[in-house]
Amino acid sequence: MNIGYSLPTNKAHRRCDLVKLKTQGVNLYYCNFQALRNISLEIPECAITSIIGPSGCGKSSFLRIFNRMNDLIPDVRVEGTIEMNGISIYDKTVDVVELRKTVGMVFQKPNPFPMSVFENVAFGPRRHGINSRGILEEIVEKSLRQAALWDEVKDKLHNSGLAISGGQQQRLCIARVLAVEPSVILMDEPCSALDPIATLKIEDLMRNLASDYTIIIVTHNMQQAARVSDMAAFLMMEEDRAGILVEYGPTSQVFTNPRDKRTEDYITGRFG
Amino acid sequence: MSAKSSHRLAMAFIWGGGAITVLILVSIITYVFANGFQVINWEFLTTPPQGGLSGEGGISTAIVTTLYLVVITTVLLIPPGLGAAIYLAEYATDNWLTRTIRYGVETLAGVPSIVFGLFGFALFVTVLHFNFSLLSGALTLVCLLLPTLIRTAEEALKAVPPGHRDGALALGATKWQTIQHVLLPAALPGIVTGIILCVGRVVEETACLYVTLGGSAAMPTSLLSGGRTLSLHLFYLAMETRAFDKAMGTGVVLIATIIIINTFTNWLSRRFQTIMSGAS
Repeated sequence: MNIGYSLPTNKAHRRCDLVKLKTQGVNLYYCNFQALRNISLEIPECAITSIIGPSGCGKSSFLRIFNRMNDLIPDVRVEGTIEMNGISIYDKTVDVVELRKTVGMVFQKPNPFPMSVFENVAFGPRRHGINSRGILEEIVEKSLRQAALWDEVKDKLHNSGLAISGGQQQRLCIARVLAVEPSVILMDEPCSALDPIATLKIEDLMRNLASDYTIIIVTHNMQQAARVSDMAAFLMMEEDRAGILVEYGPTSQVFTNPRDKRTEDYITGRFG
Repeated sequence: MSAKSSHRLAMAFIWGGGAITVLILVSIITYVFANGFQVINWEFLTTPPQGGLSGEGGISTAIVTTLYLVVITTVLLIPPGLGAAIYLAEYATDNWLTRTIRYGVETLAGVPSIVFGLFGFALFVTVLHFNFSLLSGALTLVCLLLPTLIRTAEEALKAVPPGHRDGALALGATKWQTIQHVLLPAALPGIVTGIILCVGRVVEETACLYVTLGGSAAMPTSLLSGGRTLSLHLFYLAMETRAFDKAMGTGVVLIATIIIINTFTNWLSRRFQTIMSGAS
């Protein structure tokens, strides 16, 4: 598969190399309503994959399959194969709590907890058993640096996580996910609630993170997908409102030379 | 009617309603304070009432009994109340059983306190042989107040933005960890307000305690001692003695206590808001 960017020459062991995500024939039902039909694709590791498509076609539902957040919704049914490293993540023996440590999520609306900045980032490590103050301080600083937020909050670590701007809150949420040391980061329209400057900062952040993490981003902003991602998946609703995968390939190819006419229509703005 | 006139009429009704409410409040407080203020002194607050028909003495035992009752009732009330609220808000699926439980809780919240009092008399005082005691009174109050606390605490938990829940679970926290470290702290303002409201009701409750506490004017020495709270003492003074001024004096202390409790609740609530929203 032609990824379309050059692999870094230092091939030392990267966390993102540890996971290979694959879906095959995935169907998703909310009660009797089919939200997704027959989605099959392989997510490349250490790259950014974007999922684009018109509103309501099931992009977020598809994203939430990877960390089983759909399990929280009553009457949800998932069919098909969803594998990480060859093992189905919907297998009965899979510990969902462990899965969510490996596959982290950033939500559309920044959702910092009503605690201090420090406690927000330390939340994950604390729940997983790390209690030593020294270690937590190290983890918090490292995560905030990775999220490009350290310089802005290093003197305000004990202020509330809610007392910072929207863009900073979203980077705080990203730092919170990074503190748990995932291999995959799922981003559900992370910039849609932010202003353009904050958006660009987060896009820069994503590109930096992509060398160590596998990132899947849902976005309805096509320019963002074109700017940021290596692979692009175009989802669309069929007449019965089930979402299908229309096209999937390297971003440069999907945007400049789409194989499917529907993709071309969407990219050029004829609908959506 | 023109838009302007109907606006004026609506405003008149609204202001009128507010004025009447304030008027009633001010009248009651003025009446009680005017008639009772003169008996308030240190001696009144620290000597025990003589009991019986004389109406002599102070209200020290009533103050202490009220305090004991507040503490015992609160301690007995919080575990089942909070537990049920957490269960209903976080664990219960929406089926006929939960709907029945909720309906039961809603109905119980409307049952008059004397009914709870008689239930407490039958169960705690008589069948369980606790007799007229702080224990019987407290347990009866728990039955009375459980629906209120469950409802308030459940609402407080449901009001926590779903983003917090999702965020915590997506970080690999277990459900109980999410409840313990994110939801309960976030819902704490509402829960604490609910608890303090229950405290207020313990202080003011009369009918329920009339048949479970007994009328002893002595200082309670154990959980199984009887006693009289401030509101009961007021009732006995007014019904059985001629000491109307002392009754009103008790009323002054009662109203002052309630005003203090409410002011504290409001202050605490605002303080929580400030902390939670990060403005500090």
